[in-house]
Amino acid sequence: MMESKQNGTLLQVRDLHTWFELRKFGFLRIGFVRAVDGVNFDLEEGEAFAIVGESGCGKSTLARTVLGLYKPTQGEVLFQGRSLQELGKAYHSQVGYVQQDPYGALPPFMSVKRILEEPLIINKALPSKEARLARIEEVLEEVRLIPVKDIIGKFPHMLSGGQQQRVVIARATILKPKLIVADEPVSMLDASVRVEILKLLRELQEAHRLGVIYITHDLSTIRYFSERIFVMYAAKFVEKAKVHELIHNPLHPYTQALLEALPDPEPENAETFRNVPPGEPPSLVRPPQGCRFHPRCTQVIQGLCDQQVPPEFEPEPEHFVSCWLYRDGQGN
Amino acid sequence: MSNDILLKVEDLRLYFRTTKGVLRAVDGVSFELARDRAMVIVGESGCGKTSLARAILRLLPRNVHTYSGQVHLDGTEVMALNEEQFRRQVRWVKMSFVPQAAMNALNPVVRVGDQVAEPLLIHNHVKSKKEAMGRVEEALRLVGVPLDFMTRYAFELSGGMRQRVIIAMALVTSPVLVILDEPTSALDVLTQANIMNSLKRIRKELALTYILITHDIATSSELANESMVMYAGQVAERSHAGGFYKTPFHPYSKMLMASVPTLREDKELAFIPGKPPSLINPPEGCRFAPRCPERFSKCDQDPPAVTMEDGRVVKCWLYTGKAR
Ligand SMILES: Nc1ncnc2c1ncn2[C@@H]1O[C@H](COP(=O)(O)OP(=O)(O)OP(=O)(O)O)[C@@H](O)[C@H]1O
Ligand SMILES: Nc1ncnc2c1ncn2[C@@H]1O[C@H](COP(=O)(O)OP(=O)(O)OP(=O)(O)O)[C@@H](O)[C@H]1O
Ligand SMILES: [Mg+2]
Ligand SMILES: [Mg+2]
Repeated sequence: MMESKQNGTLLQVRDLHTWFELRKFGFLRIGFVRAVDGVNFDLEEGEAFAIVGESGCGKSTLARTVLGLYKPTQGEVLFQGRSLQELGKAYHSQVGYVQQDPYGALPPFMSVKRILEEPLIINKALPSKEARLARIEEVLEEVRLIPVKDIIGKFPHMLSGGQQQRVVIARATILKPKLIVADEPVSMLDASVRVEILKLLRELQEAHRLGVIYITHDLSTIRYFSERIFVMYAAKFVEKAKVHELIHNPLHPYTQALLEALPDPEPENAETFRNVPPGEPPSLVRPPQGCRFHPRCTQVIQGLCDQQVPPEFEPEPEHFVSCWLYRDGQGN
Repeated sequence: MSNDILLKVEDLRLYFRTTKGVLRAVDGVSFELARDRAMVIVGESGCGKTSLARAILRLLPRNVHTYSGQVHLDGTEVMALNEEQFRRQVRWVKMSFVPQAAMNALNPVVRVGDQVAEPLLIHNHVKSKKEAMGRVEEALRLVGVPLDFMTRYAFELSGGMRQRVIIAMALVTSPVLVILDEPTSALDVLTQANIMNSLKRIRKELALTYILITHDIATSSELANESMVMYAGQVAERSHAGGFYKTPFHPYSKMLMASVPTLREDKELAFIPGKPPSLINPPEGCRFAPRCPERFSKCDQDPPAVTMEDGRVVKCWLYTGKAR
């Protein structure tokens, strides 16, 4: 959906930073966790893109900042050209959130009907009871929780993991938002159910021209879902490209390592070792100087990568990478 | 390939008592595993993988209803041993275990070195603390934990390092068989790949036999020489890895494989509609039949385990005419 420029930009994220204060004994400030540390992107209307990165790199914090649940330390989020402060409460009915951890996401003491009715009441979306029920039934049909009659009175614990996740998606879409943020929507589910949920999300996205930000640590599911991928490492984006391009021509050494680490199910795998860097992602309290990946990088340029933060280069059209290897504007 | 059978399991059953009735978590499982080989067990959540591991290791909860079958390990019928003999001769001695989610269960107030030494000391494998620490150092070296971590506490370690410590605990008693239950499922992909590399290297170095339990098919291929697919407490298919990943036989295995997203190969993803049956009063015939696209009249009856030409075993009526 690259022609979407004419439709306008849904979301603009500029120089976004979200830092958490670290305190000792509850009051002594001893530093910050820089969970999001300088992130930029645009999301077009009706576009789906994915953010991939390892545990703790700041994906959920970025999601929650974009949703207006955390106030950015620096930078801004614009929705249809207007700032979140300006939009205020109205913003909440424009965005849907599919939270990480579906098992904790649904209140155990509420029926499916109440879970779905609540956002309608809180946002004063539909005044009459009948209209609300009709919308609830419509949404349940859409996420294929059918027959609706059997599902609507149930409590979360009576549903399978996949069904619970469908309720979460129904709740995220019931107000007809323009943007959905789906944070690891399938990682808790069995492989056989995952595909079903991802296909459902994709269908909803296409049917309603939703903007979707799909957050995951699992690169292999992404290309079934989105047009572009942003790779996040230690609170920053290191590479942005179209899905096919990123998988077949990864430029950043970290992206290359991620791809190398992921096996396809082949019997030959048992005979070979994977060429992956050792070590772990850095602390976000005292991140390394220069490129944050340099301590693990096999292609590090001493005196440069360990000193200066790499800017974003565009060695190929619409393929961006923050890595000094591309400082001449070309591949390595 | 060696024909030296290390482990032979026959008609193993483990049923639990529950308030709703008897739950058949492991329901007549049979397989053989040759020495120096690695077998992976795959299947959806709740199909009985962990219960099978616990049945083999005789790590049983209180609510056992039935525990029966044969487990032949390295020339001994271990099911015939009493608990004391089993503890002295088998568990941790010949076979050890990396339990699911164990890395979150490490004792927070015990130092890493002492923690890894625990299986040695509890089971009296060593004469002195000094000897124990020598073995601990060796185990930590194998799994790639720096020796200066010995004096640290678990909470000071990253998830990947904690998991390596757990694996060291399983290696420290020098077993011949190690059962690993989802050893990397909670970890990041790079950490996962690093630990898989270590497990491969350790197996070569020590000539170990592994059973790897996982629900992640792609990751399972990293270690598999043999594969076993479980469905609703039973074995759906057993095969050498080449057969399983390239041409799965059982309709369930085929669909499972079709649902695995692949990075390099372009394919349309499929999913398995419906869900596995309850293990309390499971259906009479084939347990996969209600979800099976290839079901036919015979599937109302329990299918036999058919042994195919190259030693593969499939529990499915489609193959009864094609037996060896
Ligand atoms: N409310 C908070 N207060 C302090 N630190 C936080 C808070 N939320 C997150 N963090 C820290 O910020 C960093 C980024 O966390 P975040 O949850 O955004 O990562 P993530 O990429 O979503 O990880 P995962 O894949 O495990 O969900 C982590 O170091 C985390 O511990
Ligand atoms: N002590 C117990 N008492 C009663 N039921 C049990 C007990 N332990 C396990 N079960 C049940 O036995 C079945 C098999 O569980 P098991 O943990 O072996 O599955 P699994 O394949 O390891 O699943 P997962 O992939 O989620 O780890 C499940 O239905 C589970 O609820
Ligand atoms: Mg998260
Ligand atoms: Mg298990």
